[in-house]
Amino acid sequence: MPDIRLFINGNEMRVKSGTTVAAAMLQANAPCRTSVSGEPRTALCGMGICFECRAVVDGVTHRPACQMLCADGMIVETAR
Amino acid sequence: MTQTQVLVVGAGPAGIAAAAAAAEQGCEVVLLDDNAGPGGQIWRAGVPEAKSGEYAARDRALARLQRSGATILGGHRVFDAHARLAPDGAGTLLALRQDRTGATAVRFAYQHAILATGARERFLPFPGWTLPGVFGAGGLQALVKGGFAVEGKRVLVAGTGPLLLAVAAHLKAYGAHVIAVAEQASLAQLAPFAASLWSNPAKIWQGLGYRAALAGAPYRTGCWPVAATAAGEGSFLESVTLSDGKRTWQEPCDLLACGFHLVPNTELAVLMGCELAGGFVKVDRQQRTSLPGVFCVGEPTGIAGLEAALVQGEIAGLACAGQASKALEKQAAAERAFASRLERAFALRPELLKLASANTIICRCEDVPFGSLAGHSGWTDAKLQTRCGMGPCQGRVCGPAVEALLGWTPVSVRPPIFPVPLSALCLSDDSLTADDELKQSELLKENA
Repeated sequence: MPDIRLFINGNEMRVKSGTTVAAAMLQANAPCRTSVSGEPRTALCGMGICFECRAVVDGVTHRPACQMLCADGMIVETAR
Repeated sequence: MTQTQVLVVGAGPAGIAAAAAAAEQGCEVVLLDDNAGPGGQIWRAGVPEAKSGEYAARDRALARLQRSGATILGGHRVFDAHARLAPDGAGTLLALRQDRTGATAVRFAYQHAILATGARERFLPFPGWTLPGVFGAGGLQALVKGGFAVEGKRVLVAGTGPLLLAVAAHLKAYGAHVIAVAEQASLAQLAPFAASLWSNPAKIWQGLGYRAALAGAPYRTGCWPVAATAAGEGSFLESVTLSDGKRTWQEPCDLLACGFHLVPNTELAVLMGCELAGGFVKVDRQQRTSLPGVFCVGEPTGIAGLEAALVQGEIAGLACAGQASKALEKQAAAERAFASRLERAFALRPELLKLASANTIICRCEDVPFGSLAGHSGWTDAKLQTRCGMGPCQGRVCGPAVEALLGWTPVSVRPPIFPVPLSALCLSDDSLTADDELKQSELLKENA
């Protein structure tokens, strides 16, 4: 049974402990950020190099979603 | 400031071996990694773990690391280095400590530093490579280990290098439907490499194991992606166009895992002033760089894979403790020969360098199209005029691509080598450790 509850762009979802924020956003079909020319982007490298997955986590911008673990009550938003 | 005898940067196989070896010899060791836990890429923990025997070696290595007494600090990303004031004095590194609430800068002083910063995938731009649904090959593997469910999804694995087979087998173990593995290298190019593996049966068995795990998914050599398309603007990947040089065809798929072998993460070594040779960090037989007290192990010294990383880490860890490692050095030399065979076998074909059209984005951070790089003489010029390579990845993605496409080599590495929030630089006294910070905040409360 999934054991962590978080919100992605306002939608509640549950994930297993150890899930990264980038993986949860993919699962929720939510882009991590909108590029400077307006394209939706999701994680590319998955290992903290490309910064395509930087998202807004608990109100803090530019968080590397692929290196952050989901935590209970976390509020995640696509960076725009 | 945290002081330690041995500071290891990077907790992949090389860093784990180095930290454990040094700590077992009685050295005080701190092991830093920017991910939450140790393992690096190849030994990354999964949620849930795929059923396979491939984690036995990792579990043994992690158990040994725990027993060794080394201090393991996850969520620490090294972004700056300061030279020693005297040849026998301590060097210092600055790391960004990242947790749920934010980031703080912390300083570490060391007698010996072991750089185990690993490698990243090389990406080559083609139309559609920025679409949601297109990932690095190792990138998708990492995300799946991080909890992204691929069960029942149609995945195309493409690019080049031995990683493709491993990734495909892994995705299949997680329930993905791998429709094909497209390897750009030709069979003729791969044959001498495959034959040379007879000198290393372990690697053959590994390859055969992956192949068997992939039963039903074709492994196409001499085949590469030329474009990725989505259903409409702003939507998800729908199909990938493949080519074998004679014809092109569409492969409908949900996900594309695409990487073109690996490039070494040499930024920290270069920032510290270590000499490079042929794009890799120059080391002697005991993994010593050109800087006194600074060692480098694993992929930054040559893309040679897991076994090389482990033996190099062991050698450097022992060297920090003043221990010899003659037998290991022989093994390391054999693994280095494997690296050069790998490079020849998976050399990029010229067709791959013609995939980007004028409006294909090259720099994903700043959305700089290939066309706008035309007419610029090199990095400095292009950065000033187009902002290519000026985003948060600092050219780690577009740099190797531009080097392949236009032959431009990187001009400089400057601190911070990763983006750091201004608040972390300004608000924290970088000479403080977590404990000091706690004491200071208590002191402030008392004085208030």
